[in-house]
Amino acid sequence: MNVLLDNFPAFRDGFIGTVSITAVSSLIALVLGVVVAGFRVSPVPPLRYFGTAWVTLMRNTPLTLLFLIFFFVVPEILFPGMSPFVLGSLALGFYTSSFVCEAVRSGINTVPLGQAEAARSIGMTFAQTLRIVVLPQATRTVIPPLSSIFIALTKNSAIAGAFSNAELFGWQKLMSDKGYDIVPVFIWVAIGYLIITFTISGLFRLLERRMEVAR
Amino acid sequence: MSASVLYDAPGPKAVVRNRIYAVVGSLAIVALIVVSLVRLSDKGHLAPEMWDIFNYAGIRQNIADAVLATLKAFGLAAVGSLVLGVLLAVGRLSDHRPVRWVATTFIELFRSLPLLITIYAIWVGFLTDHSMWALAAGLSVYNGCVQAEVLRAGINSVPKGQSEAAYALGMSKTQVMTTVLMPQAVRSMLPTIISQLVVTLKDTSLGFIILYPELLQTARLIASNTQVNGQYPYVSTIAVIGTIYITMCLLLSALATWIEKRGRRAKTGIKVAPGAQTAGIPTVDAAGPDAGGAGGAGPVDGGAGGAGVSKD
Repeated sequence: MNVLLDNFPAFRDGFIGTVSITAVSSLIALVLGVVVAGFRVSPVPPLRYFGTAWVTLMRNTPLTLLFLIFFFVVPEILFPGMSPFVLGSLALGFYTSSFVCEAVRSGINTVPLGQAEAARSIGMTFAQTLRIVVLPQATRTVIPPLSSIFIALTKNSAIAGAFSNAELFGWQKLMSDKGYDIVPVFIWVAIGYLIITFTISGLFRLLERRMEVAR
Repeated sequence: MSASVLYDAPGPKAVVRNRIYAVVGSLAIVALIVVSLVRLSDKGHLAPEMWDIFNYAGIRQNIADAVLATLKAFGLAAVGSLVLGVLLAVGRLSDHRPVRWVATTFIELFRSLPLLITIYAIWVGFLTDHSMWALAAGLSVYNGCVQAEVLRAGINSVPKGQSEAAYALGMSKTQVMTTVLMPQAVRSMLPTIISQLVVTLKDTSLGFIILYPELLQTARLIASNTQVNGQYPYVSTIAVIGTIYITMCLLLSALATWIEKRGRRAKTGIKVAPGAQTAGIPTVDAAGPDAGGAGGAGPVDGGAGGAGVSKD
């Protein structure tokens, strides 16, 4: 208990750090993942190859290596002196985007072919088919896998703490450096993460229930 | 993607339009790559000296040692996680309520915590001088929990008649589990189990944070200790190490896909899980407190199917 009370401001900063890096990189992953999924189902071959290469590379690279790339290679290409928060969120977002892409793609694929055919045969345009028939159904299928993906993202954000970001792993490290017993520190960090992941799964369950529809 | 829901077989107009998109798209992608390469070469990262460092026997030896260290930790973690996975799966399906509770709590807790937190706590708290064992233990605990859920889903997917028949023959519960259910569960879940091993292999890179001299740690040491032309060869080192990692993971994923294809040929009536598609994100709903009972098999199957199944 003392560990938490004595170091509450640092713990609070760590907690907020984890929440904010999770939020920012979730947004990046979602946007990028949907774009890449669009590439992967598009009728244009080069974009499809690009999407496949992106997913294969990102999924088979350890996230820690991706962090290394973003902290040592990307600043050389873009501009030096980017903040660790931005670099960390980008690394996490890029990594997770490949998983989001696969979830979205399989969501689109689960919509029965007949639905789109029926939509076309009553004279809907491509955009209408997508907007009115396919996407609403795909979105519902995608919600449960997205929930696990974002929970995994929260857990992966711990690695950002090892790359000079203020978040919960950083706090764990700091406390053990200060000589506190690791067991209570571990328990507090665990509670911190559990709060975040339970919130995410709760939100997604709410979302799922709201969008529920009989098929 | 001939049978995509999104578009018809293109007509003449659409074919022309697609060609234009193809050209514009490829140009954009090529431009992106070229700009990156030009920027890197401006900073001197593509100079031959930067890549020459891999001709030194010392550095090659370093990398070889690191691959060996990575594989050692991976081997230990693979064995550890599978053993723990079997134990936890059996525990979760136990007839004794306390055993079931302990196993469930253990699985839910360690599955919803970041692996890094667990590894670091084990390292600082118990195995400060043995970073390899700390890494292997952390990986075993986390992946054991995931493997347990995979195995449980596999056991639940064995038709009920099988265990009923075995009980009718007078087998004990242990016999039913070891000779009837477990072999079939492992067989049907082998692709998923191997995909999870890919995740384990990738996660050995977390050893970097507890200073275990595995591949990534070695890469960082090489890059920060060898100065070439007044620059640190991060780009070349990361390119080489990244290639090694991706090759190792792809080989393992290929094994999973191959086993999945073989499994589909057999006519056992038990569905073989999709392989190699799920690498990276644990497919199980990490913080699902209500993932018990019959629905418990759902998250594993649903997750794997949702996040992974590709139909191209």
